[in-house]
Amino acid sequence: MTGKIEHHLDAATLMAFSAGCLGEPLSAVAAAHLEMCAHCRAELVDIDLIGGVLLEGMPASGVLNAQAALPAMPGDVVPMSGRNGGPGGKDKARYSDGPQSFAARIGVDLAHVPWRRLGPGVWHYRVKLSPGVKGDLRLLKIAAGKRMPEHGHGGSELTLVLDGAYRDERGEYRCGDIQDVDEADEHQPVADPQLGCVCIIASEQRVRYKGIVNRLLQPLIGI
Amino acid sequence: MVRALQVRRLLSAPLEIQSRASMSDLLSRIARERSEAAFGELFQRYALKVKAYMLRQGADSATAEELAQETLLVVWRKAALYSAEKGSLSTWIFTIARNLRIDRLRKESAWQELPDNIAETLVSDDQAPDEAVSDRQREVRVRAVLAELSAEQRQVVEMAYVEGLSHSEISERLGLPLGTVKSRMRLAYQKVRTALEELK
Repeated sequence: MTGKIEHHLDAATLMAFSAGCLGEPLSAVAAAHLEMCAHCRAELVDIDLIGGVLLEGMPASGVLNAQAALPAMPGDVVPMSGRNGGPGGKDKARYSDGPQSFAARIGVDLAHVPWRRLGPGVWHYRVKLSPGVKGDLRLLKIAAGKRMPEHGHGGSELTLVLDGAYRDERGEYRCGDIQDVDEADEHQPVADPQLGCVCIIASEQRVRYKGIVNRLLQPLIGI
Repeated sequence: MVRALQVRRLLSAPLEIQSRASMSDLLSRIARERSEAAFGELFQRYALKVKAYMLRQGADSATAEELAQETLLVVWRKAALYSAEKGSLSTWIFTIARNLRIDRLRKESAWQELPDNIAETLVSDDQAPDEAVSDRQREVRVRAVLAELSAEQRQVVEMAYVEGLSHSEISERLGLPLGTVKSRMRLAYQKVRTALEELK
């Protein structure tokens, strides 16, 4: 990872992630940001305590048999780790290679994305979600200096920059930065004039990118 | 008044902390000796809570039971990875239960698998063990804060954590704008954060 991450997940989004109620596309992108961002990971540790306290407060009535939970052969056991208990050390490398590991997890090789053209200077690739899952997850590539039309959002939306950068009214978003918006927000992103931008966008609802991009093609008709 | 009393009791609860410490002892006996007796005790304390959590999440009774047993089985298998000095046991068990629940819902797409305990894995590397306040102390603080939340903040937090509803579903259920749900969540977290910062 190069550079410092400046744009983070909203606390409300982290809480939903911690609660396990974020929904598949948003939670995939939130997890990718968490892998790259120590700041958000530290916040998540605090927030997970809320889940622990609420679990502790659950009623415990009835009977369950402990023996039934144990495997017949109690051999399948994870050995003691080195320092400090956490499954840290060895696993850490998995988190530090940034966008690539995330892309691999969603079955994408960032160097060879089967891009489909949406309009001049804009390409996308839709990532398949589990059957019956609501929402939208897709990679978007925007050519250097390209300006997207101003647009709003339906429900919550997370945008994570994987390569290059973009800028909008709120600031500049570089690799690892996340933009966490909801339906009240409107913005007009512009891709970096030298690098362009590759990002992954998760939405709670299905998004009509075609509609957004079509407006780019109709400057004379007006928006 | 009653609530204030409860909070005071929680804050000055040596018994509570002691029983938690002994839970950690149980865990280290599981880790070191593979003690089935210790596992039995830990199981008695948590399995039914996890089952109740799964039921509130909408699982049917058989699935809830299965997920509770799977959760405790992970505790049995990974006991050695848990840091007894630092960790909040119930938070660890919560994250295991939550991840199993998510896995169950997403069985059909392997790529969705989240790495185990993203948070714990990394933060334990970021902080030096001796300068960190123990998670058990932090947990006591968080419990006090949650007990003092306003009814409307508590409601959204529970709907998310216990019932597993997304912010949008909560907003529909309560007839509130999505932004209002999110800001109640943020306010609740703000209180948690302030309380935890006082510990540092």
